[in-house]
Amino acid sequence: MTQLRRDDGFGGDGDAAYEALIEAHRGLDDAASGALNAHLVLLLANHVGDLSILRAAICAARAGLSASTGPEPDRSPK
Amino acid sequence: MGTYHYHPYAYRTPPELGGAGSFRHRVVIVGAGPVGLAAAIDLAQRGIPTVVLDDNDVVSVGSRAICWSKRTLEIFDRIGVGARMVATGVTWQVGRVYHEERELYRFDLLPEGGHRMPAFINLQQYYVEEFLVDRALQFGELVDLRWKNCVVGVDSDESGVKVTVETPDGVYHTKAEWLIAADGARSAVRGMLGLPFEGRTFEEKFLIVDVRMNGDYPSDRRFWFRPAFDPGESVLIHRQPHDVFRVDFQLGSDADGDAEKAPERALARVRRVVGPDVDCEFEWSSVYTFRCARLDRFVHGRVIFAGDSAHLVSPFGARGGNGGVQDADNLCWKLAAVLRHEAPPSLLATYERERGWAADENILHSTRATTFITPKTAAERQLREAVLALAPEFSFARGLVNSGRLSKPASFAGFPGFAPDGGDVAGPLVPGSPCEDAPLLDPDGRPDWLLAHVGGPPTVLVFADSAAEAGNISARVRAGGMAGARVVLITPTCGAAEGAEVLADREGIARTRYGGEPGVTYLIRPDQHVLGRWAQFDEAQLAQSWQHCLLGGAA
Repeated sequence: MTQLRRDDGFGGDGDAAYEALIEAHRGLDDAASGALNAHLVLLLANHVGDLSILRAAICAARAGLSASTGPEPDRSPK
Repeated sequence: MGTYHYHPYAYRTPPELGGAGSFRHRVVIVGAGPVGLAAAIDLAQRGIPTVVLDDNDVVSVGSRAICWSKRTLEIFDRIGVGARMVATGVTWQVGRVYHEERELYRFDLLPEGGHRMPAFINLQQYYVEEFLVDRALQFGELVDLRWKNCVVGVDSDESGVKVTVETPDGVYHTKAEWLIAADGARSAVRGMLGLPFEGRTFEEKFLIVDVRMNGDYPSDRRFWFRPAFDPGESVLIHRQPHDVFRVDFQLGSDADGDAEKAPERALARVRRVVGPDVDCEFEWSSVYTFRCARLDRFVHGRVIFAGDSAHLVSPFGARGGNGGVQDADNLCWKLAAVLRHEAPPSLLATYERERGWAADENILHSTRATTFITPKTAAERQLREAVLALAPEFSFARGLVNSGRLSKPASFAGFPGFAPDGGDVAGPLVPGSPCEDAPLLDPDGRPDWLLAHVGGPPTVLVFADSAAEAGNISARVRAGGMAGARVVLITPTCGAAEGAEVLADREGIARTRYGGEPGVTYLIRPDQHVLGRWAQFDEAQLAQSWQHCLLGGAA
């Protein structure tokens, strides 16, 4: 069974892929950005076409979510 | 600035104001910063006299550019200042990246041995300039350093440049065949020529604080995204010589820069980074914003732009100072060849093409790093935070974390002027690549380095079974039409010969890096870039490739 890929899938050009994703949101408001992300998820999930991979990705994404939504540090000016 | 003592250089009345005849210099360099000084020394090593005009009389005020890359150190070594830079600088190669309180990963910039120069040193710009001035002074009249000489007018035509200069004794006019504008980000020469300098301005403010600290704080480069100890978005800390540390704070775009850089406030902020037990003393602070921009063309008639006057990058990746010194390295041998009528002025088009490409690469990487470090919208921030959250577990995400892609030399593979690669030599050093160093032994068995024997003139580097072939190879190189070339033989064991530098590759590292089977021949440009490589020595091919190079790749 294939496993969710952890290493670089862009052959060293991840910075360009990241830049493309950032550029995709240019000029969009928050709602449109959210919708764009949803479109991207559906397109890429279908392209992967592997339910076990999709489920593993969902699992990892939810785990990551709890890591990034931990308590906010106090960012008020001191 | 407690740890560095500024000694003003003496202003002297220029000969133009002494009433003695008219002057036409070969090369006038505007700006005695790292780029202008490196160019003056490089040209002096090639026997070309220069006049260097600087509007000030001290070295860089503030530490400014502090990270010098391996390739730049190799250039400094070629112009005679590398050892002093490395001896004074702080060598580092490990970087650590944190998100809030967690270390995400660390990287090692030079995991393999066998290089004379380290991946990076940190050395304040004032030391770099001081050492370059000392070196320039060794050339006596070849480098005419003129302090408090402020260029106020530049007029270029096909035959040369007229320069108007303001001094404490008044204004003078002088002429030069060529002018190198190495006068920095706010280049006055660029303004006088009315050249547009287009690019992208970033609003984010950053605070740099240099502090002196006692104690064992580590030398690694450390970068925090959203540090728990500081209200800013990111913090970067670097060690410099004499226990001076550079701390870089991301303030956001609304911060009050003047209030933040006040010594007491800045120092309090540093204390929250390093902890209350470390003794800190304030040295220098500065608030900056930045932009990425470049001139469309670097050569305008007889005026050539190099360094920040030609292209500006954000500081992430240490690509400003390094890119500028690499401009000088690329330019000077070409300008010397043009001045000696060994090459047509069109050779300088290759400077513009190659360093323009390098500038684009530097701007691309530094812009991407800036995007990652300073997310501007909720969507950008979400994507960035997702990368940071996935980074501990997913190596692909660690690869996307971008606190600056550190300066690497540009490769000019496939550019005009380089020989096509026949594909019959192994290893990554295709034509257009900067040469790799390797540890070697001199004829007496003492440690030596490959790059110490490459550059200056064009170099013919041949891998051979024994030094016995040296005389024959050297004679054939010279008879083939490359009388001034440096001929270097790399052999498995120590030996010596007339007419060639023979070096032993006892560890086999040069052989591996260069695909150095016996007979393999490299032709190397004066700036230590591979011009061509072949499985067999052929003096006619070498001479032809060198001529092709001097013509800038024109047929």
